Amino acid sequence: MEFNFNNESPIYIQLVDKLKEAIISGEYPLGSKIPSVRDLALTAKVNPNTMQKALGELEKDKLIYTERTNGKYVTEDKKLVNKIKKDIARDITEKYITNMNKIGITKKEILSYLEEIGGIK
Amino acid sequence: MLLECKNVTKKFDNKKVLDNINLKIEKGKIYGLLGKNGVGKSTLIKLINDLLTLDEGEILFKGKPIGVSSKSHISYLPERTYLDKDMKVESVIKYFEEFYEDFNTKKAYKLLKDLDLDKDKKISKMSKGMQEKLQLILVMSREADLYILDEPLGGVDPATRDYILDTILSNFKEGSSVIISTHLISDIERILDNVIFIDKGKIVLTEDADKLREKEKSSIDEIFRRSFKC
Repeated sequence: MEFNFNNESPIYIQLVDKLKEAIISGEYPLGSKIPSVRDLALTAKVNPNTMQKALGELEKDKLIYTERTNGKYVTEDKKLVNKIKKDIARDITEKYITNMNKIGITKKEILSYLEEIGGIK
Repeated sequence: MLLECKNVTKKFDNKKVLDNINLKIEKGKIYGLLGKNGVGKSTLIKLINDLLTLDEGEILFKGKPIGVSSKSHISYLPERTYLDKDMKVESVIKYFEEFYEDFNTKKAYKLLKDLDLDKDKKISKMSKGMQEKLQLILVMSREADLYILDEPLGGVDPATRDYILDTILSNFKEGSSVIISTHLISDIERILDNVIFIDKGKIVLTEDADKLREKEKSSIDEIFRRSFKC
């Protein structure tokens, strides 16, 4: 996993987003074991405490769970992962539409952009 | 509490260079001691390492006044090199091994190997960046409870900075704490738990780094610049 941070927003929130992406894209498959906090922190080049905090957030959302001595695993709840995927897709779409509206492009015109550039019909 | 400074004041020629400093360092965290040049960062660090005597207040390490015992658990990287330049890498390592009970020789050699540094090389024959790396390796090879690094990024190129940050992150003993003093904030802020702003001998802010970013909606570097405009 590649990590690139900006310093303007909390690092742990950026980590949460990145890890969510890895789960919903299947990079971390359902039920699979995720690397240790220290290894993840080293890959991301962040402080282990910050990584721990990010994983704590994912655990709160039930996207991962801790198996007592064994480490942390991705949830097996496909429905939950799909729901989060949908939520994120909705966020991205809303942002896209807002940005297009800001430069004066109407909802109808957006469709033609999606067709032309995205190849979407 | 790992380290506590209580009402610490230090004067040079009757001028207060540190004025009533109160500071608590918890276990297992990385702190950034952030301030412009000449505001008292190095003086505070020297006091904590028992290299200067304070005029008022006290400094406690694990609840006891600092002294010989605290020195054996605090690994300190001074701002300026103190290594004898005529020594070879191997003899420096031997020196550390004899001097510090918590020195992990195996680890030091492993880190040196990653750097392709020849153990027969004289320090005087090494580049400045290489010397800084060697010093950092020596400091991080101790299994200390507290690492204090005074300006570890000063005067090195960006690639070396990355190496230094990575080495700190991957080598500090689990559960130990790190204090890094620097004025190069943007390079270092992603690895900090807490920030301590120091200015004109006083601590002006201590805060969780991510909380501060969230509150101010900007980077620590930006917040620092805003707070201490020249």
